[in-house]
Amino acid sequence: MSAVLAIQGLTVALPQGADRPHALDQVSLDLNAGEILCVVGESGSGKSMTAGAVMRLLPPGVAITGGAVIFEGQDLATADEATMRRLRGARIAMVFQEPMTALNPLRSIGDQIGEMFRIHTDLLKAEIEARVLSLLAEVHIPDPRQAARAYPHELSGGQRQRAMIAMALALDPKVLIADEPTTALDVTTQAQILHLIKDLQRRKGTAVLFITHDFGVVAEIADRVAVMQHGLVVEEGPASQVLNAPRHAYTQSLIAAVPPLTARAPRAISAEPILVMQDVRKTYRTGGFLGRGGRVTHAVRGVTLMLPKGATLGIVGESGSGKSTLARCLVRLVPPDGGSVALDGLDLASLTRRQMRREAHRIQMVFQDPYGSLNPRRRAGELVAQGPMIHGTPRVEAMRRAKALFELVGLDPASTERFPHEFSGGQRQRIGLARALALEPEVLVADEPVSALDVSVQAQVLRLLAELRERLGLSLVFITHDLRVAAQVCDLVAVMKDGEVVEHGPIARVFEAPEHPYTQALLASVPGRDFARKN
Amino acid sequence: MRVLALAGRRLLSSLPTLLLILVGIFLLLQLAPGDAVDALIAQTGGGADTRAAAEMRAQMGLDLSVPAQLANYMWRLVRLDLGFSSIYGKPVSTVIFERLPATLLLMLSALSFAFFFGLVLGVLAARRVNGWPDTLISTLGLVFYATPSFWFGLMAIVLFSVHLQWLPAGGLEEIGAGYTGLRRTLDIAAHLVLPTLTLGLIFLAIYLRIMRASMLEVLSLDFVRTARAKGLDETRVVVRHVLRNALLPMVTLIGLQAGTMLGGSVVVESVFSLPGLGRLAYESVVQRDLNTLLGIVFVSAVLVICVNFVVDLLYARLDPRITP
Repeated sequence: MSAVLAIQGLTVALPQGADRPHALDQVSLDLNAGEILCVVGESGSGKSMTAGAVMRLLPPGVAITGGAVIFEGQDLATADEATMRRLRGARIAMVFQEPMTALNPLRSIGDQIGEMFRIHTDLLKAEIEARVLSLLAEVHIPDPRQAARAYPHELSGGQRQRAMIAMALALDPKVLIADEPTTALDVTTQAQILHLIKDLQRRKGTAVLFITHDFGVVAEIADRVAVMQHGLVVEEGPASQVLNAPRHAYTQSLIAAVPPLTARAPRAISAEPILVMQDVRKTYRTGGFLGRGGRVTHAVRGVTLMLPKGATLGIVGESGSGKSTLARCLVRLVPPDGGSVALDGLDLASLTRRQMRREAHRIQMVFQDPYGSLNPRRRAGELVAQGPMIHGTPRVEAMRRAKALFELVGLDPASTERFPHEFSGGQRQRIGLARALALEPEVLVADEPVSALDVSVQAQVLRLLAELRERLGLSLVFITHDLRVAAQVCDLVAVMKDGEVVEHGPIARVFEAPEHPYTQALLASVPGRDFARKN
Repeated sequence: MRVLALAGRRLLSSLPTLLLILVGIFLLLQLAPGDAVDALIAQTGGGADTRAAAEMRAQMGLDLSVPAQLANYMWRLVRLDLGFSSIYGKPVSTVIFERLPATLLLMLSALSFAFFFGLVLGVLAARRVNGWPDTLISTLGLVFYATPSFWFGLMAIVLFSVHLQWLPAGGLEEIGAGYTGLRRTLDIAAHLVLPTLTLGLIFLAIYLRIMRASMLEVLSLDFVRTARAKGLDETRVVVRHVLRNALLPMVTLIGLQAGTMLGGSVVVESVFSLPGLGRLAYESVVQRDLNTLLGIVFVSAVLVICVNFVVDLLYARLDPRITP
């Protein structure tokens, strides 16, 4: 097979003062016609830089310093800007991760897709319009005519990503670069988009450079795989070989860190409940000023669940299913509209604000975003000590305990003096854990605690969580959209859809023999599920 | 339809604002010692003939209780009657509408000037961020912002009117020249150049900073990368994708600053002796001409509400995400 795109010894320099001199170091990759090459790696591995370098769209201060990118007999690394503009979009197109922000919010979908033709061709207006509609039909958007008129915010995430793909494929490019195109999507939508990309690629014979961090996605879509670490390609080969018989130690550790979809052996669960949710409801209302119709969203509609002492209850669902609202209702960050949340017999939902503040230490929360959930202006130790201090612990004692907690969650006790930005994502999540544990809660509510983390870091945090649960006798409510993560940590699982629990039970039962069609669909959508089961 | 619904709702919701402003100002002025009759007597230099004064008060309705006076005033407002100015001897509406055009003209020209050049300079600065054009533009902006406008006005008169004699020093037009048509328009334009610059430069500085900041923010967004990946050149990226997004904060700012601009026009109108609302307001405060003052407040409030209304419509037009 001949290479459509040949990256030869590509070296990209980072600006001075970065953590390493080169974003890419002598990277060589061949993308053949009609194949999907997956570039896998964790954040900072240089996989996105590779895409940026091919397109010559690198961030300011980052420049190609060596090597070549051969495309159609031309070296893109040294081509002039005008040549690159002719190629971008027309011959090499790109799809980005965040369909929410990758489209201009102020211009209609049809207008933005049509722009491709306006830049690169002399087609007439009517012709462009017809092409846009047929493209939208090709990516299976329901009602293309309406979608072309719609603005990005009027479409769902999946539809926006379909529109992005339609835009990228507008001019039948030779190469499609897809930079984590499904990472921000729900699992069922992700499965559809992966299917669409594969289908279009097969029909049009486009060569696809697919960048992802998810080995499940790799197993689903890749013909060949290249694994990157610290700007180097450490392993490259056919998908089956890299997935099943990885040779490089880093690839092996990455694949080992991918959580398998099969549930662990069931643990003995106590029959005594610690947290009982009884018909919890929450409805959001917006607007309603001067008689216009406000919007009503039933975020949680009557959830009844029970968490046994010392167990982990997983709540899984897609975005908008109400799982995060439920978590916030549990710790009363959001007051529920109805129902009761009984913590060891005490109904939290009916407490006054003052009473709740006094009881707050018994049920604590860990948040998803390790970057946004810590106050950047306060030292890590203070953040952890703050809770106990509010509940009456003297400052010196609280700081001493903070140091002990840092040790408990696997951080250097001396680092209590540092600020949040001096920690990595995984370390920050450990601080978040220490902060929650500082109050010695009986129940810990973790809202997507590992979703923002790389897979190897994710595995570490999950291990820590399981260890702490054993050691401290914690009961855990674990909210996640990732079924593989749920399979690893949960004893019980509840599947939520549109604010309701559609199925719940012991995780092994739910995952092995799902009863509700939605649960079945969710499980069927997990990328690379065969690979994940085998693993 | 979406824009119309939004417009109707915005207009309705501005009525309570208007009412609140009027009642507030009315009550505030009641706290000040003396009324229009005192001021009139003091002006004519007459002695204190208490009976005549009482008669005048009865005639103007000033002897009633404060709530009754307020109610009277509101009722007249509903019928669009702003009352009679005893100082000017004319209905307040006549007094105000004689002065309104000058102020409107000044505001409009200063706003357009500040908006246009703020936008252009902001875009230029953002395109060459941290380069010399950026440094130059940002420094100039700071100088404009830090200079008090009256001083700027006075210096402009000294330089352009007295020394260079390029532009007239004050007034709205050459009185007694009897210009008509185009010649008159040009004459008025020449008179407005210095006031516009004086009033507009501070706003130019603000707009330029906002535009620069919001351009930089939008330039870092994902869809700009998408636009580049489509093969657009930098100019078209800016014009087609960045500009409209970056304009949104600017448009908001115009609405917020319409009131500030009216306030600023008091100073500028005084410096350039323009017959506008600002100076009228100042004079009626000095002369305790309550009716005129309330009339001015009413008209200014309506003006600010109108500007905000237009801004809201413009915003809804620019941003499809705004829902009524």
